[in-house]
Amino acid sequence: MAEAIYQWSGLSIEKLVSSEPLPKNPAFTKSAMVSLQIKLGLPAPHLSNSLDLKQVPLPPRALSSSAKHPGEEAALLRESMPRHVAVIMDGNRRWARMRGLPVGSGYEAGLRALKRTVELSSNLGIRVLTVFAFSSDNWFRPKVEVDVLMALFDRGLREELQNLLSADVRISIIGDSSKLFNSLQALLANAIETTKKNSKLHLIIAVNYTGRSDVVQACQKVAAKVKDGVIEPGDIDEVVFERELGTNCTDFPHPDLLIRTSGELRVSNFLLWQLAHTELYFTDSLWPDFGEDEFLQALTSFQQRQRRFGC
Amino acid sequence: MEKQSSSVVVRLLGSLVGYMRRFLFRFLSVGPIPRHMAFILDGNRRYARKWKMDDRMGYKVGFLALMRLMRCCHELGVKYITVYVFSIENFKRRPEEVQTVMELMLEKIEGLIKEEGILNQYGVRVEFAGNLKLLSEPVRIAAEKAMRVTAHNKSLVLVVAVAYTSTDEMAQAAQECCRDKADRGSQQQQLVELADVERHMYMAVAPDPEILLRTSGEKRLSNFLLWQTSNSVLYSPAALWPEVGLRHLVWAVLNFQRVQPYLHKRRNHLYLSTQQ
Repeated sequence: MAEAIYQWSGLSIEKLVSSEPLPKNPAFTKSAMVSLQIKLGLPAPHLSNSLDLKQVPLPPRALSSSAKHPGEEAALLRESMPRHVAVIMDGNRRWARMRGLPVGSGYEAGLRALKRTVELSSNLGIRVLTVFAFSSDNWFRPKVEVDVLMALFDRGLREELQNLLSADVRISIIGDSSKLFNSLQALLANAIETTKKNSKLHLIIAVNYTGRSDVVQACQKVAAKVKDGVIEPGDIDEVVFERELGTNCTDFPHPDLLIRTSGELRVSNFLLWQLAHTELYFTDSLWPDFGEDEFLQALTSFQQRQRRFGC
Repeated sequence: MEKQSSSVVVRLLGSLVGYMRRFLFRFLSVGPIPRHMAFILDGNRRYARKWKMDDRMGYKVGFLALMRLMRCCHELGVKYITVYVFSIENFKRRPEEVQTVMELMLEKIEGLIKEEGILNQYGVRVEFAGNLKLLSEPVRIAAEKAMRVTAHNKSLVLVVAVAYTSTDEMAQAAQECCRDKADRGSQQQQLVELADVERHMYMAVAPDPEILLRTSGEKRLSNFLLWQTSNSVLYSPAALWPEVGLRHLVWAVLNFQRVQPYLHKRRNHLYLSTQQ
C-alpha cells in the first residue's frame, strides 16, 4: 500500500527535498554587498573576462571593529580571514544545460568565475586557494567533455600565466599530472617553475586528484622510507604522514574553509586528511554564478562560526 | 480506575504512533535505504546549559537520544550505525569533564551488555573503533567485553568511535601496512595499495557510510571518518544531539535518496574503469 501511495501522489524526491533557501538576511542583499565592498575598498562588481589583479589597498579602518551596532550589517574582519580556502567548483554542466548551451560554455563560464575568485582572494588577503579542477573520478565522463575541459585548462593557463606572474600568484599542482597530455604537463611544469617565487597568493590546482589517492601515495612514500631504514614503523605518526601529502607544498596545508557550489552536500573525495577541522560551506549557487556576493557571504558565514578543534 | 484508563490510552497512543512510524518507514523503503549511517553527537553540553542542567545530565539525555535513534534505524533497515562518542582531541577538555564522560561510558556499556539489555533484545553487535590503548583500563576492558558478548548478534552493527580521530586512524593504518609488508618479506618492493590501507583501518568493520549526520548545526567533520565519508551525504540539522528525532532521520534519508542514483552510477563507472 505504501508503494501505491508513493506512485499515486506523484511525489518525486526532488519535490519533497527542495534545496534549502539561503537565509533571507538583509545583510546579504545586493546593495548591502556593494556597500560592504566599498567599505573593504574592493572594485565594484563586474564581469571581467581577463584577470585584472590591480592591487587594491585594504586599509584596516575600512573593516568594522568586532563591536556590532544594532542594525549594522555584518562586516568582514581582516584578522579573521581564513588563511586557506578550498573550493569545489561544481555546477558548470548544469549551468550550461539550464541555458540550453553546450557543456563547453559551462566550463568557460566556470573559468571566468575562477578568475573572479582568484582576484578576490588576492585582494582579501587569503594566502592559499585550493581549487578542485578535475577529480580522478571524473575520467568516466564522456571523452568529448573531458577533452573540452583539458583544452580549456590549457588555453586558460596560457592566456593568464603572465597576469598571474605579475599579480604575485604562485601556482602549484596536486594530483597525478602524468595522465595529462604532454603539452599540458609541460605547461604546468613551466607555470610552477616560473611562479615559484611569488608569495601573495598560492593557487593550488587539484588535477586528476582524489583525497584517497593522496593518502595512499603518502602511505607508499612512508613505506619506502621504512624499507630504506630511514624510519621505523613505530615512528609513523600524523606529523610524519602529513609531510608526504600533496599539500606539503604550502605552509598552510589545512583549509580553514571549504566552499562547495551547486547545492550538493558532499566532499566528493577532495582533500580528506586536510579537512579534519575545516568549516564546510554549501551554497546552492552554481559555480559559474559564484561571484563576489556569494564569496563574501561564505566568508561572513565562516567568520561567524565558533571553531573549537575538539575542545 | 482512572489510572488504568489513562495507561490504556497511553498504550493505545503509543501503538498508534508506532504504527504510523512503521508505515512511514515502509513508504521510505520504496526508495533505497542507506546501509550505514554515521552520527556526530554534538550539542550535549549546550543542551545541558540550555535546560540549566549539569553536563552529566546532558550526556545522559544524549544517550537516550542515541537509543531512540538506534531503534528507528533498526526499524528502517539500516545495517550499520557509527557514532562519534569521544575524540582523541576531546582529551584536551577539562579533566573532570573527561572523567564524567568516561564514567558514564563505563556505566552505560555495562548496562547495555546485560542479557536483558537493549543490545541483545534488538540483536545489535557492538564494535569499538579507535585507539583503545588511550582509554583507562576499566573502560577498555568493558569495551572488549561488550564486543565479545555481542559478537553473535546479527541484526545491526553499532560502531562506537571512542578515542578516535581519522588522522590517527590513517597514520595507524600506514604503520600496520608497513609492519605487514615487512613481515611478508622486505626483499621485494611491496607497493601499498588502497585496499591495504582500508584493511588496516579501525573502521574496516563496516562499509563506508552513505549519510553523515552532525547535530547542532556545525558544518565540519571534526576529524571523523574523513576517509570513509568521501562520497557521503552530509547533513547538519540545527537541533542539538539530545533533541534529534525521527524527522531528522527521515530528512537525511530523503536527501540521500535524491542523490543516490547519481552516486550509484558513478560507483559503477569507477568500478568498471578499474576492471579495464
